Amino acid sequence: MSVRQSLLAILDQGPCYGYQLRSEFDRRTGSTWPLNVGQIYNTLDRLERDGLVDKADIDADGQIYYEITAAGSAEVASWLGSPVVRTAATRDELAIKLAIAVTLPGIDIAHVIQVQRSATLRTLQELTRTKNATSEPESSQELAWMLVIDSLIFTTEAEVRWLDHSETRLARAAAAGFAAPLPLSTDVPKRGRPVKQTTGASTTVPGDSMQTGPASS
Amino acid sequence: MTEHPLLRLDGVAMQYGSGETAVTALVGVDLEVARGELVAIMGASGSGKSTLLTIAGGLTQPTSGEVIVEGNWLSEMTPRQVATLRRRSLGFVFQDFNLIPALTALENVSLPLELDGWKSRRARRAALDALAVVELSDRATHFPSDLSGGQQQRVAIARAVVGGRSLVLADEPTGALDSTTGEMVLRMLRARVDAGAGGILVTHDARHAAWADRIVFLRDGRVIDEAAARGVGSLLGAAS
Ligand SMILES: Nc1ncnc2c1ncn2[C@@H]1O[C@H](COP(=O)(O)OP(=O)(O)OP(=O)(O)O)[C@@H](O)[C@H]1O
Ligand SMILES: [Mg+2]
Repeated sequence: MSVRQSLLAILDQGPCYGYQLRSEFDRRTGSTWPLNVGQIYNTLDRLERDGLVDKADIDADGQIYYEITAAGSAEVASWLGSPVVRTAATRDELAIKLAIAVTLPGIDIAHVIQVQRSATLRTLQELTRTKNATSEPESSQELAWMLVIDSLIFTTEAEVRWLDHSETRLARAAAAGFAAPLPLSTDVPKRGRPVKQTTGASTTVPGDSMQTGPASS
Repeated sequence: MTEHPLLRLDGVAMQYGSGETAVTALVGVDLEVARGELVAIMGASGSGKSTLLTIAGGLTQPTSGEVIVEGNWLSEMTPRQVATLRRRSLGFVFQDFNLIPALTALENVSLPLELDGWKSRRARRAALDALAVVELSDRATHFPSDLSGGQQQRVAIARAVVGGRSLVLADEPTGALDSTTGEMVLRMLRARVDAGAGGILVTHDARHAAWADRIVFLRDGRVIDEAAARGVGSLLGAAS
């Protein structure tokens, strides 16, 4: 996760202690994803274990400074130089909800979409107002925050567009007459009946965030 | 608050044509726009957005229902009175810009002011200021045919907000613009509204609709939903 690399990148600027890292992270990301101190120290422990930082001086107040190692600096460079890969299989609650809803009888999908779109648009309005209430950035700290807000705005907008798109697609499907609900399948018990042990999952889907087999949570 | 809203649509319905080929574009639409309020209208192509806008601006008469602008019932006014009201109080940005080809950018912007009795010098001054806001000072003497699509669109928005119109109606004013220029147009619209006008913004772009105080959805000529803005900053609490 990027917290680890972010902290490392900050440490690449010079030795810091835990609290200091937290405030440096916050001020560089507009306090949008606040970290707790426990998270910081856990991360520092792991970074130390992996040889990416070392404990350095302890100041008069007893704060332990951490400093980056050569391996740590190399990791920062490699992080900044490589793309962030988004896993396609990440569970998206909304996509799942619509996918399920479309297969159920008696659901007004257009309404489901509209309720979501209103809510998402409200979020978008709020973000836009926050952004517009801010004057043009005049420091790199403000600039960093603006980038974060813009990112949230574009992500939210993408969701609205996907909802628009889904609405049109569903209207077409309904017009073409193949938007009928999916009844419970009758041949499911062959595979899923709880007799003896079956050999593993009946289907495997790649991607760590997708589960197969009976729901466990 | 004054006693009447700036704009009120009351049970507005619109049918184009008749008989077999009749198209129902709007069905019983109620809508109010207050001073200082920007309302965005969204909806699929053909849902009736442009129709609603031209009716709100007195350019088209609804089949039934009432349009009340600044307390004036359009149905009770002569076409001439409606035209005067439109010129004084309304600014339009049409989906296809509608600039007059024989006039320069500057003249396109200043013409409505002059028609409304402004002295030519003063009208030109105001028009130049408006063109400066959309960063087109250096194109003032160009004709529409010598401007890019986005530049024409910016001239159209300058024309719509110049001279302190009380109601600005914009149909996809950001359609042909890149995202930064689009924001410039929205900022101008928002500024006019924050200065006390009312505005309706038709858009397909959620990011632009989000500049509005309220978002109204049309589907098949009906208002299906409204999204009003919540308080500012509850989402980003600490961030601002
Ligand atoms: N002058 C006209 N004569 C006949 N039908 C019309 C006329 N103008 C619009 N319509 C019809 O009325 C309906 C609503 O049209 P309108 O232009 O208001 O849609 P819109 O929401 O603005 O669409 P778009 O997003 O494509 O601009 C459409 O079905 C359209 O074909
Ligand atoms: Mg239209």
